[in-house]
Amino acid sequence: MSETLANDLITPDADAAPLLSQPDVSMLKAAPITRLSLRARETTLKDAGSAFGVELPVQPMTCEIGEKRAALWMGPDEWTLLAPADDLKSTFDSIEGKLEAHPHALVDISERSEAIIVSGEKAVWLLNTGIFIDFSLEAFPVGTITRTIFHKSPVMVWRTGTDTFVVEAWVSFMDYVSGLLVQSARELEAA
Amino acid sequence: MLLVYCPHCDVERAETEFSCRGQAHIARPSDPSQTSDEDWVNYLYVRANTKGVYAERWRHIHGCGRFFNAVRDTVSDKFLKFYKAGESMPDLEALAKEAGK
Repeated sequence: MSETLANDLITPDADAAPLLSQPDVSMLKAAPITRLSLRARETTLKDAGSAFGVELPVQPMTCEIGEKRAALWMGPDEWTLLAPADDLKSTFDSIEGKLEAHPHALVDISERSEAIIVSGEKAVWLLNTGIFIDFSLEAFPVGTITRTIFHKSPVMVWRTGTDTFVVEAWVSFMDYVSGLLVQSARELEAA
Repeated sequence: MLLVYCPHCDVERAETEFSCRGQAHIARPSDPSQTSDEDWVNYLYVRANTKGVYAERWRHIHGCGRFFNAVRDTVSDKFLKFYKAGESMPDLEALAKEAGK
């Protein structure tokens, strides 16, 4: 795989068979990671960022990446913080300790969703079978993160490379999302 | 399908990402226990349902999740203005004039 953002964080699950492997697009299940949902006020962002290890982005739909850390903008007062699976407790405790005196909500949502890595020159085409978003590099540059709808399931789409996307859906919706993507990809084979 | 602009995300997205929550700028009575039944009914259920230029609450539910307001012409379905929740209501008549109604 070519160099992508958060290479040290979002890694393919070595035990899982590839969901799809075609010459122009592939889909791999991602290994579990720590996901924290943070709702906080503007005045506490600096503290939260220094406790987490990466600044929290304030620009809509962007991310900040550090060593084994990523902070994703979800809304004007909402972020998703990613860290390696083993760092759950230490990350959680350090942010919680720093924000103790301020109103905030920090919730462990690691188990809520699963991620797949969709990559290849046809990745954009494949995602566009179910998502109405312009994925050209001008409109959706590398690093852009957004929640949206894939057919009928809410998903999170994060462009980590020119041809690489991380697609996250709730665990119970993942079969639906990956299943539909695999089905749509058959069209490429047939063409 | 409508294209809706989210002022929080600063993008235009398909209508399927949003949900419309009816008329905007309806203030909750400040003292519910002192509010008459009739006023409470008005607050809960009675809406202007204008034919023409109308200010509505929208929510980017499958995006940033935040509420914002939009001025929409209910006849042509064209949006005239988007603004964040909490900002004051724009002059609907002026907007209508601008749009050539």
